[in-house]
Amino acid sequence: MQTLFAKPFRGGIHPTGHKERTEQSQIEKLPTPKRIFLGLQQRNGTLLTPLVKVGDYVGKGQLVAKGASDMAVPLHSPVNGTVVEIRDYVSAHPSGIKIKTLIIKSSEDNSWSENYPPINPDTLSQDEMIQRILDAGIVGLGGAGFPSGVKLRLAKQKGVHTLLINGGECEPYLTCDDRLMQEHASEVVAGIELMVRAIGAKEALVAVEDNKPRSIEALSHAASEIENISVKVVPSLYPMGSERHLIKAVTGKTVAPGELSVALGILVHNVATARAVYHALRFNRPLIERVITVSGGGIEQPKNLVVPIGTPVSDLLTACGGLTMSAQRLVAGGPMMGQVIPSPYTPVDKSIGGLLALNEQEVRDDQSHDCLRCGRCVSACPMGLMPFQMAAHSRVSDYEGAQDYGLNNCLLCGACSYVCPSRIPLVQHFSHARGQINAQRSMAQKSALARKLTDARKQRLDREAAAKQAEKEAKAAARKKKAAEKKAKQAAAKAAAGE
Amino acid sequence: MKYEIVSGPHTHGGDSSSLIMYQVVLALVPATLFGIYLFGLSALMVLLTACASALITEWLMLYWRGANRASVMDGSALLTGWLLAMSLPPATPWWVVVLGSAFAIAIGKHAYGGLGNNLFNPAMLARVMLLICFPVELTDWHAVTPIALGEHGIVLNSYWLGVDAMTAATPLSHDASALSPLALMSGQHAGSMGETSSLLILLGGVFLLWRKVINAVIPTALLLGLAVPAFVLHLVSPEHFLSAGTHLFSGAAFLAAFFIATDMVTSPASSKGQWVYGVGCGVLIYLIRTFGNYPEGAAFAVLIMNATTPIIDHYLRPAVFGAKPTFFKEGKA
Repeated sequence: MQTLFAKPFRGGIHPTGHKERTEQSQIEKLPTPKRIFLGLQQRNGTLLTPLVKVGDYVGKGQLVAKGASDMAVPLHSPVNGTVVEIRDYVSAHPSGIKIKTLIIKSSEDNSWSENYPPINPDTLSQDEMIQRILDAGIVGLGGAGFPSGVKLRLAKQKGVHTLLINGGECEPYLTCDDRLMQEHASEVVAGIELMVRAIGAKEALVAVEDNKPRSIEALSHAASEIENISVKVVPSLYPMGSERHLIKAVTGKTVAPGELSVALGILVHNVATARAVYHALRFNRPLIERVITVSGGGIEQPKNLVVPIGTPVSDLLTACGGLTMSAQRLVAGGPMMGQVIPSPYTPVDKSIGGLLALNEQEVRDDQSHDCLRCGRCVSACPMGLMPFQMAAHSRVSDYEGAQDYGLNNCLLCGACSYVCPSRIPLVQHFSHARGQINAQRSMAQKSALARKLTDARKQRLDREAAAKQAEKEAKAAARKKKAAEKKAKQAAAKAAAGE
Repeated sequence: MKYEIVSGPHTHGGDSSSLIMYQVVLALVPATLFGIYLFGLSALMVLLTACASALITEWLMLYWRGANRASVMDGSALLTGWLLAMSLPPATPWWVVVLGSAFAIAIGKHAYGGLGNNLFNPAMLARVMLLICFPVELTDWHAVTPIALGEHGIVLNSYWLGVDAMTAATPLSHDASALSPLALMSGQHAGSMGETSSLLILLGGVFLLWRKVINAVIPTALLLGLAVPAFVLHLVSPEHFLSAGTHLFSGAAFLAAFFIATDMVTSPASSKGQWVYGVGCGVLIYLIRTFGNYPEGAAFAVLIMNATTPIIDHYLRPAVFGAKPTFFKEGKA
């Protein structure tokens, strides 16, 4: 165990933690929800094909939908029950866009549909392990929701030597990873061991922020017997959970802009993902539930809950005593990078680690004012950018200018907005600019493709016309030749007759 | 409960522009009170006139521009007026003060597009305008005439009450070597309100540093930029050049270092840029004081460096995390 120097990277902020609301709350199991809503479209837009139809009985853990590629994460039923409907239903996307959703009415029975016998993961090859992780539908539970198996496969191909496990949990309010590390340290460590073997890494480092002493103790204890797993204590500084910043804090190395951490031989995974990997490999159990922190000033009884994927947010709120009168905003994830939830009927998906109901004093919504150019955003930016310049350029739709000031390197971590004395919604400007740039890029791609196709068509038509012309000419030439031959023959015949 | 679509973060640190402005004003209070103690009611009148006319002009400009008139009380106009008052001779006629304040707000700030958009420090722009247009009024320095403690309680002499006046020279325009740095620091000499007690200005500066309203880069860079050349030249030729101590503790060096050059709107945002800007201010103050025609160079120095701020901000950016550090950033032309 080792405490690193106070400020491992430039910038960053110390937001008020609010973790005391739930850090003593043991993880509880949410009563089985009456209905489960499984969205058939992933965050990245990939569509899943349902493997069941309305009226079918589904068992807990049964594969119910899958996609065409590894980027499409398979879905498993988190309950025993019956498929009652497949229709458009509100999703966790902030816009509240409706997506095709599998609706399952659950039964009282809470047992697994299959008797998953424990297996010895040591008998599995590296590829088999990764395949099982893919089949179990495991995604990064830290929030990004990227398929873990795909990440592991890439790491194995690139010869990653260090697995870095992110136990930072730098977002305020959230304690789900903290509780998970305390209560299931041995499972987390076992999962880490399996991942190290799956990618052929030399060692694993578990990074935990110094404000979680009990987690540090539990993990150190669980990993004490294992040589190549060590626990690293990092200072509490937002955004420590950012991959690049965690790597800098633990190893002192920096990932160049535009590169991935695997270029340095480092792969980062979340602690909850490690536990899911353990369950998938040891018991062959798919990912059907996750731990979610329900907290905020708008929640009567903040809790840490094990929630089946697809549970509507309203069930979580009910389990936590409901909302207080002062609740103003529902947020999925932490208060810094979380997204607003468009409706209380929104189902939770695999990448939601927190549900916050924030009140007025917490949201601190205020009118934004003119930029003072005070530079607080520049000091707070962990990426070394100039947010106020990026925002000024984005505001007047000068996206090139915004990119020049570093828009592409922005993490959207919100540190700049948090410190801005003028309350400028900097992150909103950046998200908008990014969206516009993406739209422009896809428009450019589209028109380039259209131009290419038009050119190809024109070339084909020209080619065909030329061929036709050549054919015509050839025919004409043949005709002429024939005629000439005929004439010659006739002349010869005449000559012969005349003789 | 609202379900509006807003982007994160969904919380805030609680800092606000007004809070920043009023903390700066608060930091100026000790030096201001001491100035009034030294120079009497005329100093108080200058302060009140400057602040009031700044606020009135601000309201009028916001009205004309169709902007939110509630932001008249955001503290920025008050601060501009206050800083102008701190930099004027305590005996400045009221109409000169009104003109200066109105110019600072209307031309120095709103002509550029209001708060945050001005290129030059409004108070210093007004100060320089007044110095050029009203050289006589602006160099009418009065001797200090503090309140004294007599036999029957506090004695307010006729000078303090502003009935009579006694002119004197400021240390930098006169034979400054006669005054020890300690005397200069305590402020018992002629000058503007903000120029007299470096110690109280420093106190205000330390308060701002402690509250994290300003960071230490610009003050440090400015004071170094002023002290280093002064020290070297004084070493070479003590008869011709004033000592570094005299330069630091007389005139508006501290006021400029902590309150004028640190104006957020008109100074660079990156620390690299702030070093360049601060040192530039310090060196220019020294050059103008020593080789220029004006005795007090702070206002000119700050204005000249203000003009370079956009270009400094363009080229001197912080290093992107993970990228190779470069001093200059080749920006888009």
